[in-house]
Formats: sequence, structure tokens, C-alpha cells
Amino acid sequence: MVEIRQLRKTFGPIVAVDHVSFTVSRGDVLGFLGPNGAGKSTTMKMITGFLTPTKGTVTVNGFDIQQQPLDAKKNLGYLPEGAPAYGDMTPLSFLLFIGAMRGFRGDDLRRRVRETVKKVNLDGVLHQPVETLSKGFKRRVGLAQAILHDPSVLILDEPTDGLDPNQKHEVRSLIRDMAKQKAIILSTHVLEEVQAVCTRAMIIAKGKVITDGTPAELEAQSRYYNSIILRLKGEAAGVQAMLQRLPGVKTVDVLEGPSGTRGFRVIPERGQTIIGAVSQGVHDHPWDVIELSVDRGHLDEVFRSLTMPAQALT
Amino acid sequence: MSRIGVIFKRELIGYFATPIAAVFIVIFLMLAGAFTFYLGDFFARGQADLLPFFNFHPWLYLVLIPALAMRLWAEERRGGTIELLFTLPVTLWEAVVGKFLAAWCFTGIALALTFPLWVTVNVLGEPDNGVILAGYIGSFLMAGGFMAIGSCVSAMTKNQVIAFVVSVVVGLGFVLSGFPLVLDFFSGWTPQFFLDLISSFSFLTHFHDVSRGVIDLRDVVYFLSLIVFWLFATALILEWKKAE
Ligand SMILES: Nc1ncnc2c1ncn2[C@@H]1O[C@H](COP(=O)(O)OP(=O)(O)OP(=O)(O)O)[C@@H](O)[C@H]1O
Ligand SMILES: [Mg+2]
Repeated sequence: MVEIRQLRKTFGPIVAVDHVSFTVSRGDVLGFLGPNGAGKSTTMKMITGFLTPTKGTVTVNGFDIQQQPLDAKKNLGYLPEGAPAYGDMTPLSFLLFIGAMRGFRGDDLRRRVRETVKKVNLDGVLHQPVETLSKGFKRRVGLAQAILHDPSVLILDEPTDGLDPNQKHEVRSLIRDMAKQKAIILSTHVLEEVQAVCTRAMIIAKGKVITDGTPAELEAQSRYYNSIILRLKGEAAGVQAMLQRLPGVKTVDVLEGPSGTRGFRVIPERGQTIIGAVSQGVHDHPWDVIELSVDRGHLDEVFRSLTMPAQALT
Repeated sequence: MSRIGVIFKRELIGYFATPIAAVFIVIFLMLAGAFTFYLGDFFARGQADLLPFFNFHPWLYLVLIPALAMRLWAEERRGGTIELLFTLPVTLWEAVVGKFLAAWCFTGIALALTFPLWVTVNVLGEPDNGVILAGYIGSFLMAGGFMAIGSCVSAMTKNQVIAFVVSVVVGLGFVLSGFPLVLDFFSGWTPQFFLDLISSFSFLTHFHDVSRGVIDLRDVVYFLSLIVFWLFATALILEWKKAE
């Protein structure tokens, strides 16, 4: 539904987006990750037709955003970074305005606004000027504006930034509910969000796509993927050396923990599963085990190692 | 077309939802009154017309319209709503025209609220109401010219103060180019067609006759094409640097 080909944007000497290509189809929720200044927002601005690409094309439901901007934009819902809205309007008048701009009139318009207001919990603040709303409510107004016309493509730039934990949860379930009928691209700095809502994650840095895959595949790139956390009571002398000798084990790190306990992280060789060996070891020794768990890997660690290659080795 | 209407309505309501409308209208009426009665010797002239009133309009608009126009695009840029607006299914042209028409219409409302003056001359004497109507039409067209300049300048910057100052300066150029002082400076050593060219660009030259009741099609075309030109420039500038 969204097809991005060789997209590039330069601002003078700055290359903000560098030959990015990807496709997002119905049912996909693509999480855009990347450090500050990676080019996430710039890419979104080109997809939504606000910025003209230096090179490359974007098509939305078959409409080229540069050649047929009106048709493409009709199929798009967009929450820009920072959720801008006209400050002197109330959320209600603002949403009525956006709806009218999208071609809805009369009862149809009012019904849509009512339904959307309910979806993003704006009821309490409908008549208060947007500029006096808290950051989280402003973000919800922006979200409401983006989904008002039930677009088949949704582009959300940091949709949960500034929301409280309850609202984050609400917005994520809202996105999950809409996911089946839509192609969604969202950017975020919250990595757990990727696990919570995205079917696909893409890390970009310095304008280039570094990796693209399911969140699980990303996690699998973690050094800690399938590593075992083992925590024991007492001195646990010789445990580290014993763990180290198990088949498939690469290294054993000692973990910080409460005094009187010892913790270990047993890291497997790439592609190896060692839970069997470790639990056998636990079985065979008279250790006082308080924790034994498998780590699925850490997205933030993958993120760091991919976007800061120089430090990744340390 | 209907999207122009939607933008027009939002903008016009916006003026009245903020103190802008009240402040602008009150100051406009006060200045118009002060100019007419004190500087224009409205009563002492002993003539039943509104000429002293209309004579000051170029100067009134020179300062007041940039104050209204400066926010047209600079505010959208500053607040980031420009990104919202131009990712809606709307063309650049529709947005430029919708916002301009609302602002122009707003000055029209302020102008219409000077009707007590018209009532006054009709009570005091027997003015030629056709001349007065022509004056109002000319004044409204001229307001549109100032507003279109302001719209274009506002599209260039995020900063409303800069937008205001630059619009006043550009507007001043358009007023002064018909001023005898400026024309005298050029006359004698420049060819006549150059003099005519300069004065033909002036608001004063075109407003002068209209405010005296002579609605020449050329004057109307002048103001309308001026408006179209500056709005076109507005759209070009937005297209070129809307994201900056
Ligand atoms: N209008 C502009 N003029 C000049 N440079 C720009 C402009 N807009 C963006 N950039 C540059 O492009 C690069 C990418 O910026 P972008 O906003 O896309 O990053 P981002 O990934 O969204 O970052 P963040 O996580 O902080 O939101 C940055 O180096 C930024 O300085
Ligand atoms: Mg960004």
C-alpha cells in the first residue's frame, strides 16, 4: 500500500535520508527506529508529501505522492512530530475543520468526530482551546485528526511521546485494533513499543536503513539472545568455571545483585540453545537456585550496537 | 472550491475567536476617525463628501494591514501547522486563496463599520452617494493589494516582526511611487515613460481617481492583477521553502 523507492533528501550539505526503499502492506505495523537526527521524520515528511524528495518516489495506494498528491493524501492519515494543531481552536472545532477539509459534511462529519473523540478519550477537553491542553492531550488531538477519516495508510511520528502509561497502553491497543485494515508506519524511541505493536522493525541511522525485520529477528541479533540468567544463594564457589565448561557456552558474566547471592549470565555461542545443559547442571549440583531464566535478548542492546558501531565491541 | 470555503471560514472565525478582531477594528475606527476629523478638516471644508476620510486610507492600511497579514503564514510555520495543512488533500493555491480571502474579508468588515461616517455626511448634507460607494470599493481593492503583499512577505519567514516590518517597507514603496515628492525627484532628468511607469505602480495613482468617484476599469484591473501576482508569489515561496 505504501511503496518507497530510493528515497533521498538533502538539506544543503546534510544528507538526511539516503536511498531508502521499502514497502509496507495492509496489516503491517512498521516501527521506525533510529537515533536522533537519523532521518525518521524527514522520511515521513516525504511520504506524506510535505517535503519534496531530492530523489526517489513514494506511492500510496498506487498514487504517486508527487504526481497525484490529492489522491494520495486522501488515503493518508498523518500525525506530524510534536502533534501541531491550531492553538486557538478547541479540539471539537479543530476536528470539525479537519473533517470538513477531508470532505465530510453534516451528520456524517459530526458522527465521525464523535466516534474519533471516543477512541482517543478526548471527551473531557472538547471545549478547551488546544493551546491550554497538556502535552498528552495535544498528542491525542493530533492522533484523532490523523484517524478521523479512517485512512488506509497511517503515518505516526512518535505517537505515544508524552502520554502517561495508561494512555500509552490505550494508544497501542488502538493501533493494534486498526492494524488489520491498514498499513501503519510509526516512529518511536520506546523500544518496548516495537515489541508491543509492531509486526516489523526498521532501524535507520544517518539516513540509511541498517536493518529491517520482525522484532523477534531483531532481538535474535542480540548478544544476549537465549542467554541464561542463573542466580544462587551463598558463595557459589566454582560455579562460574563449571558453567563455562558446559557445551555451547561462549562466556559467563558475573551479574550484580543483592548481597548473599551470586548471579551469572551464561551467553551461548551464536545459534546455540543452552537451557538444557544449564538446567542439567543445576540438577546435578546442590546449588540453592533462586532464579533461572532465559533472556530473549535486548532490543536496546541491538539498537546500540547497530547505531554506535564503534562502541559496540566494548 | 469547497476547501477554499472551509479554510476561509476557519480563518475568519479565528479572527473573532481571538482579541485580534476587537483590537484591529477598534484601532482602525479610531484612526480613521481621528484622521478624518482632525487632520482632514472634515467639518471645516464644508463639503458633504468623504474625501478627507478616503485620502488617509493608504496610510492607515500601510501600517494596519501588515499587522494583520504578518501572521498569515509566519504563524503556520512557527506552530508547525503548515505541515498539517499541506498534508491534507488541499492544493497550495486553495490554501493561499482561502487564507487571503478571509483576511481581506475581515478588513472589509472593519471598513464597513465606518458606516456612521457615511450616515453623518448624509445627515449634514447631500453627498453624492455614488462617489462614496466608489470610494469604498476603491479602498477595499487597495486593502486587498496591501494584504496580498503582506501574505507574500509572511510566507517568507517564521518571524512575525520581520514579516511586519518588511511588508510595511514594500507597501511604502507602492504608496510612495505615486507621491509628488518622489515623482518630482525623478522628473526632469528621466524620460516621461519612466515617470509614468513608476506612478502607474502606485496605489495612490490608482486610488486617487476611484476615491473621487471615477471607477476606471484599468484601476480595478490594476488592483486585481496586483493581488493575483502577490498571491502567486506567495504560493511559489511556500512551495519553495515551506519546510524551512
Ligand atoms: N529543514 C531542514 N533544514 C536542514 N536540515 C534539516 C531540516 N530538517 C531536518 N534536517 C536534518 O536532517 C536530519 C534528519 O532529521 P530528522 O528530523 O528526520 O531526524 P529524526 O530521525 O526524526 O530525529 P528525532 O529522533 O530527533 O526526531 C538531521 O540532521 C536534521 O538536522
Ligand atoms: Mg523525528
